[in-house]
Amino acid sequence: MIEILRVFTHVEDIHHEFGPVAATPLRRGAIGAVLTNPFAGRYVQDILPMMEALQPVGIDMAQQLRAAMDVPVERIESYGKGAIVGANGELEHGALWHVPGGYAMRELLGWKGDRNAYVAGKPGAAPTPAGQTQNALAIVPSTKKVGGPGATLDVPLTHINASYVRGHFDAIEVRVPGAPLPDEIVFFLVMSTGARVHSRVGGLKAEDISKWDGLR
Amino acid sequence: MLAKIRKLIVQVDETRIEMGRPVTPPTRRALAMAVIENPFAGRYEEKLDALIAIGEELGGLLGDKCVAALGIAPGEAQSYGKAAIVGEAGELEHAAAILHPKLGAPLRKAVENGAALVPSAKKRGGLGCAIDVPLGHKDAAFVRSHFDAMEARVSDAPRANEIVVCVVVTDSGRPLPRIGGLQAHEIKGEDGLR
Repeated sequence: MIEILRVFTHVEDIHHEFGPVAATPLRRGAIGAVLTNPFAGRYVQDILPMMEALQPVGIDMAQQLRAAMDVPVERIESYGKGAIVGANGELEHGALWHVPGGYAMRELLGWKGDRNAYVAGKPGAAPTPAGQTQNALAIVPSTKKVGGPGATLDVPLTHINASYVRGHFDAIEVRVPGAPLPDEIVFFLVMSTGARVHSRVGGLKAEDISKWDGLR
Repeated sequence: MLAKIRKLIVQVDETRIEMGRPVTPPTRRALAMAVIENPFAGRYEEKLDALIAIGEELGGLLGDKCVAALGIAPGEAQSYGKAAIVGEAGELEHAAAILHPKLGAPLRKAVENGAALVPSAKKRGGLGCAIDVPLGHKDAAFVRSHFDAMEARVSDAPRANEIVVCVVVTDSGRPLPRIGGLQAHEIKGEDGLR
């Protein structure tokens, strides 16, 4: 069911955006894997077997992206994910990426929840710890579309521990030239080492996260 | 650094299966791009030495980034190419000043040898403009399996006063080459052509 045709990595260092040059440039990375869409060209009711089959793909991609970015996992501060489905597929095929893509990154970054509970759609009550007990508490923001070869996708990025951290609201444009063909899907993971390079619009700061509920 | 760099980007494109057939080993192309300020934006300048010096600096920097991203020894590089996109307030000659006089020598050092001409492309463009960086075998320009191109593009560059400078290095040719011509194993690699 899983056939990886191409793997595309992108790493960028942002030194400034005509403001003060950052002492440490912001590093953002993306990885796109081009896969054959096993459901292309027809309606298939039960597509969940692919979600399960994608689990190791997500883990490999998360590790490969971290390696391409060449930073320790402790420096990853925000993340996102996305999918571009080729013309012979449907948006729902891209939605298969939510669990395998999201939890692969969260586990890499220190999340200690039960992935299988989420796979089953029964995550249970959210933990309400007194302080920080783990990382990657926040939902992984995502976007998806059906598109042609070379289509672009703006993948949102938010803080790994608290979705409301305003400085980390960001997006990175990703694409794989020449993909997806009609019978292909591109799955993306993205990560970043920090806030926007000149972030200065106030709001919740990362150092002020206090609830540890994934939001604030 | 002479170049005022706003962004540095490195991409690796690995093809494992093409047209249903496994590509063994996978072909890999690395693209490194620098978004730099154009010191001559908005005016005609007769002497372009500052851009020539920036080109020399970027040839080494971007070449090394590509080789590092591929995780290969410099001598394992097989093909290369270069390109530049000049923002609206610059002229095509600015791209030429970066690419042609001095960028090649440090790039060749980054990939070892490099007897062949570094194929190139240039254009003027706005934000997100794409350029196809031509590729040729680094030691013999006539190696047909290595004629290729890689699309380069930065979503938020070049701004009017910027230049996007691109270098591509590969450790392979096209995924399934089968149109004959000079083969990589047949080259002498002395005159840069065959």
